[in-house]
Amino acid sequence: MTNHWIDLKNSDCILIMGSNAAANHPISFKWVTEAMKRGGKLISVDPRFTQTSSKADFYAALRSGTDIAFLGGMIKYILDNNKYFTEYVAEYTNAGFIIADAFAFNDGLFSGYDSKGRKYDKSTWAFVKDEKGIPKKDRSLQDPHCVLQLLKKHYSRYDLDTVSTITGTPKQDLQTVYEMYASTGQPGKAGTIMYAMGWTQHTVGVQNIRTMAMIQLLLGNMGVAGGGVNALRGESNVQGSTDQCILFHIWPGYLKTPKASQPTLAVYNEQSTPKTSDPLSANWWGNYSKYSVSLLKSFFGDKATKENDFGFNWLPKIDDGKTYSWLDIFDAMYKGQFKGFFAWGQNPAASGANANKNRTAMTKLDWMVNVNIFDNETGSFWKGPGMDPKKIKTEVFMLPCSVSVEKEGSITNSGRWMQWRYKAANPPGQAWSDGDILIQLGKKLKYLYKQDKDAVFPEPIVNLKWDYTKHGEFDAHAMAKEINGYFLKDVTIKGTLYKKGDLVPSFAFLQNDGSTSSANWLYCNSYTGKGNMAARREREKSGIGLNLGWAWCWPVNRRIIYNRASVDKYGKPWDKERPVVAWDPNAGGGKGGWVGDVPDGGWPPMLKADGTPNPATKYPFIMKPEGHAHIFGPGMADGPFPEHYEPMECPVEKNFLSSQRVNPVAPTYGTEMDIYKSCDPKFPFVGTTYRVCEHWQTGVMTRWQPWLLEAQPQVFVEMSQELAKMRGIKNGDKVIVESGRGKLEAVAMVTIRFRPFEIQGTTVHEVGLPWHFGWVHPKDGGESANVLTPSTGDPNTRIPETKAFMVNVRKA
Amino acid sequence: MNVTRRDFFKITGASAAGAAILGLGLDLKPLKSHAQTLKLRFAKETTTICCYCGVGCGLICSTGEAGAGKIINIEGDPDHPINEGSLCAKGAALSQLVNNDSRLTTPMYRAPYSTEWQKVSWDWALWTIAKRIKKTRDESFEQKNAKGQVVNRTTAIANVGSAALDNEECWLIQGLMRSLGLVYIEHQARI
Repeated sequence: MTNHWIDLKNSDCILIMGSNAAANHPISFKWVTEAMKRGGKLISVDPRFTQTSSKADFYAALRSGTDIAFLGGMIKYILDNNKYFTEYVAEYTNAGFIIADAFAFNDGLFSGYDSKGRKYDKSTWAFVKDEKGIPKKDRSLQDPHCVLQLLKKHYSRYDLDTVSTITGTPKQDLQTVYEMYASTGQPGKAGTIMYAMGWTQHTVGVQNIRTMAMIQLLLGNMGVAGGGVNALRGESNVQGSTDQCILFHIWPGYLKTPKASQPTLAVYNEQSTPKTSDPLSANWWGNYSKYSVSLLKSFFGDKATKENDFGFNWLPKIDDGKTYSWLDIFDAMYKGQFKGFFAWGQNPAASGANANKNRTAMTKLDWMVNVNIFDNETGSFWKGPGMDPKKIKTEVFMLPCSVSVEKEGSITNSGRWMQWRYKAANPPGQAWSDGDILIQLGKKLKYLYKQDKDAVFPEPIVNLKWDYTKHGEFDAHAMAKEINGYFLKDVTIKGTLYKKGDLVPSFAFLQNDGSTSSANWLYCNSYTGKGNMAARREREKSGIGLNLGWAWCWPVNRRIIYNRASVDKYGKPWDKERPVVAWDPNAGGGKGGWVGDVPDGGWPPMLKADGTPNPATKYPFIMKPEGHAHIFGPGMADGPFPEHYEPMECPVEKNFLSSQRVNPVAPTYGTEMDIYKSCDPKFPFVGTTYRVCEHWQTGVMTRWQPWLLEAQPQVFVEMSQELAKMRGIKNGDKVIVESGRGKLEAVAMVTIRFRPFEIQGTTVHEVGLPWHFGWVHPKDGGESANVLTPSTGDPNTRIPETKAFMVNVRKA
Repeated sequence: MNVTRRDFFKITGASAAGAAILGLGLDLKPLKSHAQTLKLRFAKETTTICCYCGVGCGLICSTGEAGAGKIINIEGDPDHPINEGSLCAKGAALSQLVNNDSRLTTPMYRAPYSTEWQKVSWDWALWTIAKRIKKTRDESFEQKNAKGQVVNRTTAIANVGSAALDNEECWLIQGLMRSLGLVYIEHQARI
């Protein structure tokens, strides 16, 4: 979330799309309700009429996988009707930037497409620069090659008739949503989006979100209270685990995993550091080397020296252009590439797309380590449906771990709040915390590598700093302090002496000469000389809900990011009632300063009080090299403007907008278990997955709890009355749901919440299933819905497309 | 109201009279009132954050016998600014996650081609795992790739998980796996 949960109350219009927040993030509705009490409007857009829809001022249905068409129509509406916030768009976004002549878009393909490699050469998706290397701009937004004019052209095709025939949403409903939401384009009005996996789990996942981000920029909704782009994260610490980067492509703090073509730290830093020639651009990532060197100092402590490149080459590198993502892991595992596999607190046999492929893949492993609270479909895969244990070689180690209240540490919520948890009880029996398991395993490995004179490349293991213990047990405080970072020698910065061993007050103090450590620069400021900031409990007494004294928030306790876009060029808030930050000329003894939230950099506003430009200012979007938010996104894998493509499995022969039916750069896989079925009469219905309030993810933590299981005992498939009638199915009947990859038995839930769609003149039905179940427990609870879902996903993130696929439903 | 929950109890006293002021009514059943005070009088209270979705609701855990015993109650934290005491069905049932007879309590091992689990000690499990890691890693370790570029990695081991862990544990996982040379490192955020 760019904003945070309580801030939802400040919104004038909340769009919930790609999420059923009322069921899956129920407490978020406390703040949605607050907004509605103040007169804010709630819009729900979903294939199914959900609990969220039941609370909405307006509900519109759309077919799964057509969000870009829906939102592209909104962009057209905003531009055609001049509903955009002109000053904001012209000054703070790249709408006025001039794009290279060679950039083109024809019949679903952007310039630079390589049909053999199924990828783009993005060199034509470029800003034209002046002689100083600064992007040329037309802030009047009239130049035919400027982003805004190209945007108009691109979305001119997304008229109501076209959008309606793709999405199945009635034209009047589209019009109503567009009008309601676009009303937030006025200065002082705020609209927000709440989305979740309903947007990410598509072959166009990133572009779904980008389309909305572009709308938020057009309407001036970024950086303001009640605005932003707000991903509702589904796990208590999936924000934090992403920040710590348990991901193949990034190191802690969103640094880049080094590539094989980067032989030295100097080359790696040089290629990872964006450049700008514009003195008004802060280009915050210009500090890259300070963060990477401080990270290496945390990895290897005193062993990381200037002479050995701070241990840069002790860490593994990925091949240029190759991906090592979730889908790639199970594809490689299926092909027998892996001998060993760890699954910590995760149940991939039920959670991953194409679960049958993943389960078969596990039989090819030599050994697996599964750490969990309960037995689960992953650890016990060898005795699952269709498995013969006597033929499966895999050794499995199942290790019991603590639940959250049996250990101490921090988690980071969706609003980027890092909150401390205390230990309330000891774990049962011999269960250990994951931290203790990791520490002890690491110690044993270090011992083995120290002992063995023939060990292969032992340096990274032997030299890994691994002293995060107290009385022999994992000490979360020691690790949290390392994540924040230390001064490693006495230094004087701006007249203040910091002693060796002092905690670094914030990332602005980190250095690239080895004199500081920080295991995650983004969390530098979270555990300082002032103490454990995540443990703070001071509630806001009045204000807009920032709660600056409660817990801690990255970066540097800033509660709403991009907040310098919430003010005009003089530093005056667009919204006088709900200011996030404001420039106070009298603050700082007359020097002037920002009041309110921690500003996105302390530089003064763009204009002085007399209206002349202030050379000391910086543009508000400090993480972009040009300082302007990207309406035109040249870094995307699938195009600088989002374009509608059908899901990899879809019910239509043709994309109504172009000859490219599916995303031309979406990944597919080629084993015999990777099957894709579009417009196949055997699988005529759109399928989607979702969650219910009473269960969580694959259900490993909730299926074993009597109250929750009683409330939601088994897998069901929800369908319209029309579909049920056509198939002779009654509410409560046992039915078979089947895709090209697998099938499961479910209880039919026949409701009016699903309605047939009219798509390109024909009737299309959609059904949905929760994915919380699995064969281990309860015995009659049914299987994971992921036995149905395909191995394909977004070309930028490789998040699997589990929200739109094709199925059949018949009586069991 | 600018009074925290703890302040409130200090003001009212954790007594039946206090309970009446709490708005529970004068016809409060004596038993219920007694149970309420027991929890407050003898339990150790610790705050936590819910382990399910990303909202980050606050809860209060009450642990019996000055913290050495079992969790006897978990409820919403009224002082927490996000949830102000309220919880969803999962959060409200959290004590059933903790106090649950189905939990794994012993390390277990499944041998190749075996049809069953066997209980093992931590010491045996971790030493055996460490040896498996070392053997697999050392046999598969690539100091250079096909192009001759230095890569220092193993592509024979993969790791997934976990968003269910604390930040500090997440750092340990990626730290340990990266130092071993793993490049296939993923978790819930990717799916």
